[in-house]
Amino acid sequence: MADFQSSELLRFTTAGSVDDGKSTLIGRLLYDSKSIYQDQMEAVEKASARRGEEGVNLALLTDGLRSEREQGITIDVAYRYFSTPKRKFIIADTPGHIQYTRNMVTGASTANVALVIIDARTGVVEQTKRHAIIASLLQIPHLVVCINKMDLVDYAEETYDKIQHDFEKFAAKLDVKDVHFIPMSALLGDNVVNRSENMKWYQGQTLIHYLENVHIASDQNFIDVRFPVQYVIRPYNDEFHDYRGYAGRVAGGTLKVGDDVTLLPTGFKSKIKSIQGPAGEQKEAFPPQSVTILLEDDLDLSRGDMIVRPNNQPDVTQDVDLMICWFSSDKKLQVRGKYNLLHTTQDMRCVIKEIRYKLDINSLHRIEDDKEIGLNDIARITIRTTKPLFADAYRTNRNTGSVIIVDEGTNSTVAVGMII
Amino acid sequence: MDYHMNHLQELESESIFIMREVAAKFENPVLMFSGGKDSILMVHLAYKAFYPAKVPFTLLHIDTGHNFDETIRFRDELVQKTGAKLIVGSVDEAIKSGLVTEETGINASRNGLQTAVLLDELEKGKFDAALGGARRDEEKARAKERIFSHRDDFGQWDPKNQRPELWNLFNAKHKMGEHFRVFPISNWTELDVWQYIAMENVDLPSLYFAHERAVFERDGTLLADSVHIPKKPGEEVFMEMVRCRTIGDVTCTGVWRSNASTVEDIIDEIATTRMTERGGRTDDKRSETSMEDRKKQGYF
Repeated sequence: MADFQSSELLRFTTAGSVDDGKSTLIGRLLYDSKSIYQDQMEAVEKASARRGEEGVNLALLTDGLRSEREQGITIDVAYRYFSTPKRKFIIADTPGHIQYTRNMVTGASTANVALVIIDARTGVVEQTKRHAIIASLLQIPHLVVCINKMDLVDYAEETYDKIQHDFEKFAAKLDVKDVHFIPMSALLGDNVVNRSENMKWYQGQTLIHYLENVHIASDQNFIDVRFPVQYVIRPYNDEFHDYRGYAGRVAGGTLKVGDDVTLLPTGFKSKIKSIQGPAGEQKEAFPPQSVTILLEDDLDLSRGDMIVRPNNQPDVTQDVDLMICWFSSDKKLQVRGKYNLLHTTQDMRCVIKEIRYKLDINSLHRIEDDKEIGLNDIARITIRTTKPLFADAYRTNRNTGSVIIVDEGTNSTVAVGMII
Repeated sequence: MDYHMNHLQELESESIFIMREVAAKFENPVLMFSGGKDSILMVHLAYKAFYPAKVPFTLLHIDTGHNFDETIRFRDELVQKTGAKLIVGSVDEAIKSGLVTEETGINASRNGLQTAVLLDELEKGKFDAALGGARRDEEKARAKERIFSHRDDFGQWDPKNQRPELWNLFNAKHKMGEHFRVFPISNWTELDVWQYIAMENVDLPSLYFAHERAVFERDGTLLADSVHIPKKPGEEVFMEMVRCRTIGDVTCTGVWRSNASTVEDIIDEIATTRMTERGGRTDDKRSETSMEDRKKQGYF
């Protein structure tokens, strides 16, 4: 009882193709943590046999849709769950080819950790670089480079060293804070859950030990107070006659009862009277808690507004620079085009002012002479919004630095953006 | 102060956030209530999300007429306790009115008929969002579904054309006649649900706990003896200590040999079991993609 009450949640993303051993690695984590059930295993064995495959195809565990099973490919993000006594894990498993950049971006958006898998026989390749660039763009706080298939290179330390060196040389250009390297064989289990007997030269952690212990408590921003108002709670009954609670999820910083606050966009000032959490009154609130805040004064405040501290405010601006990833397969980005924009709890319109450059997702080169932005392209753009955003740079706060762009005609999400 | 949340508090916070998004973004949301533990958990979370105001969702129960008696009793008590508004869509009446046709044969189930009745109720009530307690760990098609899942004006799901979901930004835009299914507990596992039930002391129907019941065996699954399931020759009824891991219609819910009589026993049982939760659900076993096929048509 006591142990599950102290267990934390960690989200990680994996990207890769069948050949680099991603499915085997996930299968190994699930199997060794006893998260694959007997009837699931039997169903997968039966399905593999029916398809005439040798052995058990673990990809069938995650490829849940009919078209994926028919074509033998992963077309969408699959979420998988497992836990150890220390942590609960959510895996966002995404396909790794260039045509699935948008899935990789989706899986990376909420991850604490990214696993980048390298085949020890081939070393750092284009796909490795692409994964690392996406992890850097999406500001995943921790990166683990899994140098896999070490059994096929005789567990040679030199091979591992060379790959680590190559990766570090390339990663120097990226914005990644915390990189770890682990030599492993997912197929045979070396350094995944159990320490390898074959690589005594490696003194570091196993993958599961890393995932259980990596420090994630400070992945959120605890400094800059940001509380986007999500919903106003008004009970309209006798017991709570004048109750007016501002419900929302803390997007940054810590709020305390008695704190002076400023409300955006009005600029009115007030004090926090009380904080109501899921378990009752609480003295403080921090990200990503969902709470209800009551203020000392009766002021005009509604969904889309933001509670901040007087001396620490976000940018209040209608002109925004974004790094976007284009998600639509049937429409291109239109300069001067008008779109819907969702940011925190705000919903507004925007117009695309300028496409600055397109980013080569394999080399990080800026392409300034081709400004046609289509499916899976990453580009830097400038937009103007119909009302002010209360925005931070994505690199200081993922919650107040992210937007999605919606087509006004079809209502589909055509792009996602990170504020620069 | 230690700024630390355990995994249950983080899941709770995410689910509350999603429920508040639904209340803010839709005109007329409804909560699909089956009487199972997941929908009871949903009501519990909704109560917390809007306290001290009333839960702003109507409860909708699609009643196959083939329920365990305990389920209906529990539902009515919960409605009375929370003051929630309840709508019941009746499969019995839909059969009488000719909206749907009863399946026949020995494995007949009203499970599939629920879809037509559900869509009919959503249309009649002009509901633009239906909250459901489905979880991604339950079934492989559910593992691919978005938290905010779009339905066209026929109530159909298009798995190949789902809207991407990033960060906490949910695109709920829709045209007249279309609606959304929203799954606030997508990221919870069966074990999380039980651990949370233990942490919060949530009341559950007695069916979930070990009790002695008249059962019989069909295709390797134990089913409860009921007037709604005709027995084949040779199917013998016997008494056994069992409990339900999921609760659906009595015709398709397998029961499970168990001595787990408390929430703590159940947590231990789930932590060591080698069979999935829906392993006893005969409705999932009709084909390899039976859940996806039903969902496309508008099933829960």
